[in-house]
Amino acid sequence: MRRLKPVKSSSKKTQAKEHAKLPIVCDVDMLRSLIRKKAVRVVDVRKAEDYQAGHIPTAVSLPLARLLADDKPETVVELLQELGITEEMPVVVYDDTFGALAARVAWTFQYVGHPNTALLETTFKQWKELGLETETKARTYPKTKHPLNVNKDMYADAGYVEAAQSQQGKLLVDSRERLNFLTEHIPTAKNIPYTMLGANGNILRKAEELKRMIENRGISPDAEIITYCGSVGTLSGLAYYALKMAGYQNVKLYPKSFKEWKSLGKPKEEFKEANYWDLSAE
Amino acid sequence: MGKSRVSAVNPKQKGKYAPKPASKWGREEETEFFANRVKLFRQGKISEDDFRRFRLQNGAYGSRLHAGYSMVRIKVPGGEMTPEQLEKIASLSEAFSIGSAHVSTRQNIQLHWVQLEDVSEVMRGLVDVGLTTREACGNTVRNVMCSHFAGVCPDEAFDATPYSKAIARFLLRNPMCQNLPRKFKINFACCEKHGLVRVADIGLVPTIKEENGKQVQGFRIYLGGGLGAASFIGHLLEDFTPEDRVLSTCMATVRLFDRHGNRENMARNRMRYLVHETGWEKFQKMVLKERIAVEMTTATATAKMYDVKSEEDTRQLPKAPRMTKLPMLNEHVNRDSPAYERWLHTNVVPQKQEGYFTVFITLGAGDITASQLRVLASAIRDFSTEGVARNTPQQNFAIRYVRGTELSEFYGRLATAGLANPGALTIASAVGCSGTTSCNLAITNSHRLAKEVQRKFLELGLDTDDSLKNSTIKVSGCPNSCGQHEIATIGFFGGASRIGGAMSPTYTMLFGGSAGENGELGKAVMRVPAKRVIDTILKIVEIYRNERAENENLDQWIGRIVRGQGTASIKNLEDIKNALSSVIQLPPQEQDPDAYMDYGSDAKFTAKTARGECAA
Ligand code: SF4
Repeated sequence: MRRLKPVKSSSKKTQAKEHAKLPIVCDVDMLRSLIRKKAVRVVDVRKAEDYQAGHIPTAVSLPLARLLADDKPETVVELLQELGITEEMPVVVYDDTFGALAARVAWTFQYVGHPNTALLETTFKQWKELGLETETKARTYPKTKHPLNVNKDMYADAGYVEAAQSQQGKLLVDSRERLNFLTEHIPTAKNIPYTMLGANGNILRKAEELKRMIENRGISPDAEIITYCGSVGTLSGLAYYALKMAGYQNVKLYPKSFKEWKSLGKPKEEFKEANYWDLSAE
Repeated sequence: MGKSRVSAVNPKQKGKYAPKPASKWGREEETEFFANRVKLFRQGKISEDDFRRFRLQNGAYGSRLHAGYSMVRIKVPGGEMTPEQLEKIASLSEAFSIGSAHVSTRQNIQLHWVQLEDVSEVMRGLVDVGLTTREACGNTVRNVMCSHFAGVCPDEAFDATPYSKAIARFLLRNPMCQNLPRKFKINFACCEKHGLVRVADIGLVPTIKEENGKQVQGFRIYLGGGLGAASFIGHLLEDFTPEDRVLSTCMATVRLFDRHGNRENMARNRMRYLVHETGWEKFQKMVLKERIAVEMTTATATAKMYDVKSEEDTRQLPKAPRMTKLPMLNEHVNRDSPAYERWLHTNVVPQKQEGYFTVFITLGAGDITASQLRVLASAIRDFSTEGVARNTPQQNFAIRYVRGTELSEFYGRLATAGLANPGALTIASAVGCSGTTSCNLAITNSHRLAKEVQRKFLELGLDTDDSLKNSTIKVSGCPNSCGQHEIATIGFFGGASRIGGAMSPTYTMLFGGSAGENGELGKAVMRVPAKRVIDTILKIVEIYRNERAENENLDQWIGRIVRGQGTASIKNLEDIKNALSSVIQLPPQEQDPDAYMDYGSDAKFTAKTARGECAA
């Protein structure tokens, strides 16, 4: 059972003067305290109707599909402004899909120039199971100004991935499930399925656990790692943050992932020597 | 803001029944050690052969034609598992395997396609819940089996479960079995009907003998049996082995095998060959003599490490409530009967404890998803007074100590997760080894075939035909017999044959095998193309229905045919071969290319195998 700090009654007047600097993952206590201080923008990336049915207090709604419809950096910055996010403001993103959707949104925010973005440590379902407060009121905030400041270091496209395949010290990580990976993947990729990243209700394991699991794979701490998954960079978005948690500094996301790779007709590695799909009990 | 939080609740509800404390088999330090060995191996600091031996000793097989992956075999001594263990295996299968787990024919749980680098993480998780993979593969004493009916079987002399665990504990990590000539298997039965005692290196059937007016517990011990490319039925060592000589008998047998077993020829190094080549009478004398030596030389402290008492379940389970109306286990059902009645008839048996029932969970060739494991775990907490599951050599789960009054509620819970399929105790519950889904030695996809047989038979309602109930279908993907095809009423092992010039997956069909204390090995009948196996079995059932003597079950009829004692148009195996010859015909390959492919494949069939690790 997890322990929660008691809620202190918060004074309405306390306004955050200095913005808190968020870690990669924001825990429940920290978020609740920031909400009380009105010092955070909480972003709910579930479907609009789920948001309407109840969400974390003060959260705004940004369904992932809306962001993906046009994720050009200029458009994303407009979204930030529309959600009332200022340049330094802490932003915490959550979903109901083990953190993968939240990760894709958080990564995009950071990519366009909002580094002070974090993932909530749990999903909305767990938030409710913990008996924490929710509200149904739809929130909007006054429009803000937010600069565009693209961080190219976080991003990889197909050309970059292709070049990385043969470069020393660069490593591709496929974060799809094992059977999908076995079936086909980008040549040279290693498999770190998203399923191994979270545990016990947390979207990501503890940093030292992640570190141990990745080190077991013999991946050197100063490697450059590019993550990808099946289609839009959600599962690999989560892997991106897992690697960051584990202490890897140089991580990139290939958001268009395997779907684009295949549509470009690029080579794949396949494994057809075993009928592993027949082990699945589905 | 919404309602303020009152208190944090624990989302995981524990059930009505207190859990049985899990036995501790695993050790934390072994997981670290494994992780380090993998690193050293990857850095080229350990030779491939040394690493393979080490890996197998610790329960990780190489996966089919892909050395980067392992099949992790979790030992489950006696087959007994707590809900916590089931839940842990669920999480581990999601995190590091393929999201499902697999019940083997020797009461292990297997996780497939685990990346070698993650094996230590799986082990770490297992240690948390008391489990181990240590000595699950390699030249060691493998998982010690015990009949899943032990403790509840109406025909048993006494509960063999604590004995099976005590011997498992004594031999695990024991220096005397760290480098045997080959693997070594020990199976306990509950009674003469259930259990696999004649096809193990050591098989034990509990029995009670009167000695000087006193009831003495003991066993009938069989030695030198085993299934494989060449199989043997075990020999009875002596009429009665009192319980205080069980340890010395086992130690003597292991020591003889260690000393005299064939370490040169890998194909003939199981103990059954030693027994065969030595001759039973001579071997028997050697064991009896060695046992005296063991008894004279074993230190008391050593002998004390075999501690049956400490393995006993000392809880007093409550009596089940009296039932005014018994469940309809014995009523006749058919394909159109209500699902619940059909399930009662084919999946539930009464225990010797009045009012309690053992419920079987029908799995497809032993496969169960992570979410099903979780539902099963919570259902056990709520409905099994005993609070544990046992996995079975038929690749199902047995949940015991369910109150008759709660059967329908239990059924409802299982049904929410697709765990209430009928047919577990019938011919429909076909057994299949892993075959080409993960095994290096496999020629055919036996795993999928077994699932297809089950699906078809349930669809046709063959599980409701009581004359087929005692018959079994078991499928192996190669002659090695992990699918136990030789003790099936109708068994199959995979191979490759040219049919009309095309390489095709085929199975050799065997008739008349059986388990239990009077178990017999099946006799090879003929080869059947993979895609004709189901039609062939259905044809056999049809012939049987036309030819049977009154009240004769399928297995009895098949037994008669094997002995050449058929009384109607089919007299012997030759006749059945002829009668089936048209069913096994394939149309020309151009007309039906699919008929020449294996299950689960849309490519031309080729038999590909790699080095087996059973003997490494
Ligand atoms: S019987 Fe053959 S194919 Fe099946 S698991 Fe054993 S070795 Fe593999």
